[in-house]
Amino acid sequence: MTDSNIVLTGQTIAYTFYVLAIMALMGWFSYKVTRNGSGKVVKPALFYSFVGFLVVIGVSLHIVTHETIPWKSMDLNRAEIKADKEFHITMQNHKYLLPVPKLTITKNEKVRFIVESKDLTYGFGLFRNDNSMVFQMQVIPGHVNDILWQFDRSAVYSIRSTEYSGPKGVNMIMRDAIEVVE
Amino acid sequence: MSFIKTLTNSEQGLFKPDSLTPMQKLALRFVVVGLIYYGVVVIEGMLMRLFEVNQGLALGVSPEQFFAIMTAHPLVGIFGSTYSIVFGAFLFLVPFLMKKPLWSIKLGNWNLWLITIGTFVFWFAGFVSHYSPLYTLYWPLPADFSQFSVLGGTFFIVGIALVMVGTAFFVINIYKTITYTPEGWGKQPKGALIKSALGLTGLTNLFSKKKKEHLVSLPVAAIARGTVDTAFNAVVILFAGVLILIYMVAELFGVSLKHSAIDALLYKNIFWWGLDLIADGLVLIFVAGTWYLLATLITGKKLFMENWARAALFVEMIVSWTVWSHHLMSDQAQPGILKILSGEMVTAFELITQGLAFFITLATLWSARPLKMNPPLKFLLGGLLGFALAVPAGIMQADLGLNRILHNTQWIVGPHVHVAILIGLTMTLYSAIYFLFPILTNGAKLYSNKLASFHFWAHLLGGIGMGAFMGMAGLRGMLRRSIYLNGEFNIYMILAAISGSFLLLAFLAFFYNIVMSVGLKGVLGIFMPAKLKTTELLPTEK
Repeated sequence: MTDSNIVLTGQTIAYTFYVLAIMALMGWFSYKVTRNGSGKVVKPALFYSFVGFLVVIGVSLHIVTHETIPWKSMDLNRAEIKADKEFHITMQNHKYLLPVPKLTITKNEKVRFIVESKDLTYGFGLFRNDNSMVFQMQVIPGHVNDILWQFDRSAVYSIRSTEYSGPKGVNMIMRDAIEVVE
Repeated sequence: MSFIKTLTNSEQGLFKPDSLTPMQKLALRFVVVGLIYYGVVVIEGMLMRLFEVNQGLALGVSPEQFFAIMTAHPLVGIFGSTYSIVFGAFLFLVPFLMKKPLWSIKLGNWNLWLITIGTFVFWFAGFVSHYSPLYTLYWPLPADFSQFSVLGGTFFIVGIALVMVGTAFFVINIYKTITYTPEGWGKQPKGALIKSALGLTGLTNLFSKKKKEHLVSLPVAAIARGTVDTAFNAVVILFAGVLILIYMVAELFGVSLKHSAIDALLYKNIFWWGLDLIADGLVLIFVAGTWYLLATLITGKKLFMENWARAALFVEMIVSWTVWSHHLMSDQAQPGILKILSGEMVTAFELITQGLAFFITLATLWSARPLKMNPPLKFLLGGLLGFALAVPAGIMQADLGLNRILHNTQWIVGPHVHVAILIGLTMTLYSAIYFLFPILTNGAKLYSNKLASFHFWAHLLGGIGMGAFMGMAGLRGMLRRSIYLNGEFNIYMILAAISGSFLLLAFLAFFYNIVMSVGLKGVLGIFMPAKLKTTELLPTEK
């Protein structure tokens, strides 16, 4: 299944290609604008085509990601999807309170994390051992903060707060708190 | 001329502060204050960059101080530096373009000092007390007195409030200047001027065969529209400030108010609605207006597709009122419909409005080939490139799928925020400064064009490099607003720090160039009362 590493690799390639193209365009423009011109003005048709191009890009990005990033539609429809497992987690005084010391998940299970904050706004993120992110969400006090995720491979993950909650919050990391098993 | 003579008396002794009108002095004061605060921001930024590499390198900065710097850094940058430079330029340009005096120079000076003092107060309060809820002030962190000093926080919020009052003075002065009738003039049509300034005339012209005349020029229309967002933003920030102050004052009197009395999500929505009026509102509108102005001034040509440009500015204003939800895509209690409509769809409109401004500016420049590659043109092209890089980065992170793995990472602050501000916004402002310099100084000469060139390249490469390396770290999971103690992302942070040092060098070169151009006596003279008693913008030629 597509995971965050694959999606971000795709994004890196697409954005790098775009950056190189726009830099080349600006470099070319900067050179040409100092040279003698033909006296012709830019045709309005080019302008309208550019507007159309921007509309297509702006809309198609979200359609493409909806069709290719698996967690996007699952997140929007999560209220209607039955989870195989649920974990209720509480956050208070810059600490995570887990229901059990280690959260164990069986591969391919859909898991709902329901995280409650008793005081501040925090974040809830899962990270691999190389510090790359699997996913994250905000944890707002006084509201239900839930995320549904399907784990399709065996791995061990750490939990880290992804939102600043004051200087006391910088050490909000629980190493190897989640294990996905076969 | 000897070095000492130039340093004291300006390049070739051409800058004479006594020849300045009160309006020139007002604009120059704003610029000087803005540049000094920009220097503070660059130094703070460099300290944070060093801290991210190794805490020991950051001149004894503690983690608490690191977050206090992180709190003050964007606020000093936006209010102390950008607001000062922008307000100074616009208080001069609106009367200049409308060919009538500013409504009130006195109010302009109040505006200046409130922003200058307010910025110093909140910066100093944060420096001393380490008050650090960050600029986002997520509830109830700003009122968490188990982590922060109540007194420090109170002064911090009072400083912000002073800036907002100064901002309100700017808004009043701009709208009054557009609509008032100067002495000896025929009665000005207030309603029609407002309609033209807000872009309603441009919008109806798109669909009407009978085109109405524009009563205000396009740059003035852009300033007027951005000023609407500036006003709304000031109201929201003041509202949040008053709310936080109520908790602080109660605490000072020994009463701890309940945090749960305020709904954290509703507060976050209101706060981001207001804050986004800067990031996705006035910044984009002011920048587009400045691009149009600079393009027409540099080329002497009419703006390409002017009605479209006016209409796009109006659309951008509406977009800025409805775009805030892209900051709440990771908030699971936020309704999904808001995330899609406001977060994804409206945000995508920014690609269109900013793309139009980009195209129109380039097409206008193209129509006047060949142009001389002087500092204003160079920096204008740099500013255009900055937004061309940063806006698509922002559109990507405003996607529900991508936001799940990008939110609060270094990607957000690197390729999007810092590239937009440092390359897009700041280079546009530098272009305007280089262009206005001889006008505001009655023909003073720039000390060195080579230094201006160095300023350009060091700033461009430093800003893009820093954004790129922060972005690479973000794509590998590095969070912003966090501390990594084991050097997990050191390679990227070292490269970002090296790029940051280019930004510092660029600023030092620019600052030195400007000081040498106007001389130390000239800098002091700018802050002395004007000898010319006139409301005219420029001295009358004898």
